[in-house]
Amino acid sequence: MLRLKCPHCGERDHSEFAYGGDAGVKMPAIDNEDFEAWYQAVFIRKNPRGRHLEYWHHVQGCREWLKVERDTMTHEIFSVAAAREVEEGAQ
Amino acid sequence: MQRYSVFSLVSNALRGNQHWERAWRDPDPKEEYDVVIVGGGGHGLATAYYLAKEHGINKVAVLEKGYLGGGNAGRNTTIVRSNYMIDGNTQFYEHSLKLWHGLSQDLNYNVMFSPRGYVALATSQAQMDASAFRANSMRMNGIDAELLTREQVQKLLPYLDCSPNARFPVYGGLWQGRAGTARHDAVNWGFARAADSRGVDIIQQCEVLGYLWDGGRIVGVETTRGNIRAKKVALAVAGSTTLLGQKAGLELPIESHLLQAFVTEPIKPMIDYVIAYGTAHFYISQSDKGGLVLGGDLDGYNSYAQRGNLPIVDEVLTVAKALIPALSRLRVLRHWAGVMDMSMDGSPIICKAPVDGLYLNCGWCYGGFKATPASGFAFAHTIAKDEPYETNARFTLDRFRRGYQIDEKGAGPTPGAH
Ligand SMILES: Cc1cc2nc3c(=O)[nH]c(=O)nc-3n(C[C@H](O)[C@H](O)[C@H](O)COP(=O)(O)OP(=O)(O)OC[C@H]3O[C@@H](n4cnc5c(N)ncnc54)[C@H](O)[C@@H]3O)c2cc1C
Ligand SMILES: [Zn+2]
Repeated sequence: MLRLKCPHCGERDHSEFAYGGDAGVKMPAIDNEDFEAWYQAVFIRKNPRGRHLEYWHHVQGCREWLKVERDTMTHEIFSVAAAREVEEGAQ
Repeated sequence: MQRYSVFSLVSNALRGNQHWERAWRDPDPKEEYDVVIVGGGGHGLATAYYLAKEHGINKVAVLEKGYLGGGNAGRNTTIVRSNYMIDGNTQFYEHSLKLWHGLSQDLNYNVMFSPRGYVALATSQAQMDASAFRANSMRMNGIDAELLTREQVQKLLPYLDCSPNARFPVYGGLWQGRAGTARHDAVNWGFARAADSRGVDIIQQCEVLGYLWDGGRIVGVETTRGNIRAKKVALAVAGSTTLLGQKAGLELPIESHLLQAFVTEPIKPMIDYVIAYGTAHFYISQSDKGGLVLGGDLDGYNSYAQRGNLPIVDEVLTVAKALIPALSRLRVLRHWAGVMDMSMDGSPIICKAPVDGLYLNCGWCYGGFKATPASGFAFAHTIAKDEPYETNARFTLDRFRRGYQIDEKGAGPTPGAH
């Protein structure tokens, strides 16, 4: 069982969360007409064996979307943060 | 190669079973081959067999980093069927089912194929309609399919909770009588032995680390047992395709996910058919040794660890008990997991790679065991002739770019949902 440390609710079993996929994917702006950018975002994944940035939704808790860095081989969790805060911070 | 027959069985038994030949050789890698196949799972071994048998190409090596069938080929729940609906899949899986029906004879090895029949339960009127749609498209392709009413299901599977109080009451089902199971290890061993007897070198404990290049062309592989040159290099490495693809400069529409399977303690014959329950993504059958073999959904997040987690154990066993209450006292003996290539549309890729000298067989998601013979057949054809066989013409890598996804489930580009 993975345990994720939600910034609002504390450490919880991952069965409280829904997996939201690769958070490294950059969706193009909605008016971007570059085909290649859309193809990459929709279909191509780096799929690393090792550190992976991903979304988890705390559905059965505070319902916050989280950004988690996890090792896909050992399941070690390196960081958990509220997605909107990390993403606003990056902008 | 010593052929297996009633005569060889009796004469070896009378001599105390001391004189059986080993099933395949254990050669050292040669310097060069016509074709090097990476991955000694069912697909790699079947490809080697059909390269030798159908195309006379026998300077072939299969390189396996561990032992034969240690990957998904030996971890699956052994279900074989061809009840697919989308053009491309329908014909491919039916070709496979036809090959399964003659496989033991063809390989001179008992793969214990058991066409015991397959019931996909429907638990709503919408699912009944979808089953009718599927049955019609199967029959239009000459594939056996029948719609079962709720009463027929009840008669066939008297231990099901068919009461109106069931969480998801049974409405009926879709029946495919030629579907069933096969012994997964025997499939690997049978293909290995038959390929070996046609001259293919099967080399275990040999991990491919990278490629040998000549200009922009791949001309061999670097391995833990030295460099091996090859005119063509073919990947059939299931859950590791991304890693070996990246070393060739490829970005692929694949995520690695875990699927678990479970076996209970052996009991007397109870479950005669394969039963699938789509409402909760659950399936169950009984092995020849008496254990019930069951499985469910993916673990749900990207993973390369070949071990599962407890929430899925809980989920699968809950569904098992809800569907067949009589199982509630049964103990689970073992559970394990395999890492699969989940493709972005849920369908496989068998084609030339966009790198010269490289061929791809990947993206099997969790349905690739049933594909083993047809996958090997089509991949061998693609490697030998540099063009697809009729059954894999749609399984290209560029279908994603061109908008020709084969999305059986209609789940869109979400690998975890296929
Ligand atoms: C729990 C579970 C249940 C399943 N149930 C079913 C089912 O009921 N029906 C069905 O049709 N399908 C099922 N599947 C799917 C099916 O098992 C797979 O799709 C199929 O076996 C994959 O093809 P393969 O046999 O070539 O893969 P594998 O057997 O995984 O072969 C790949 C091989 O490549 C080797 N390899 C990887 N990297 C390297 C390297 N660098 N160098 C050398 N070798 C390498 C691996 O060690 C491995 O042996 C299931 C899968 C799982 C995990
Ligand atoms: Zn929370």
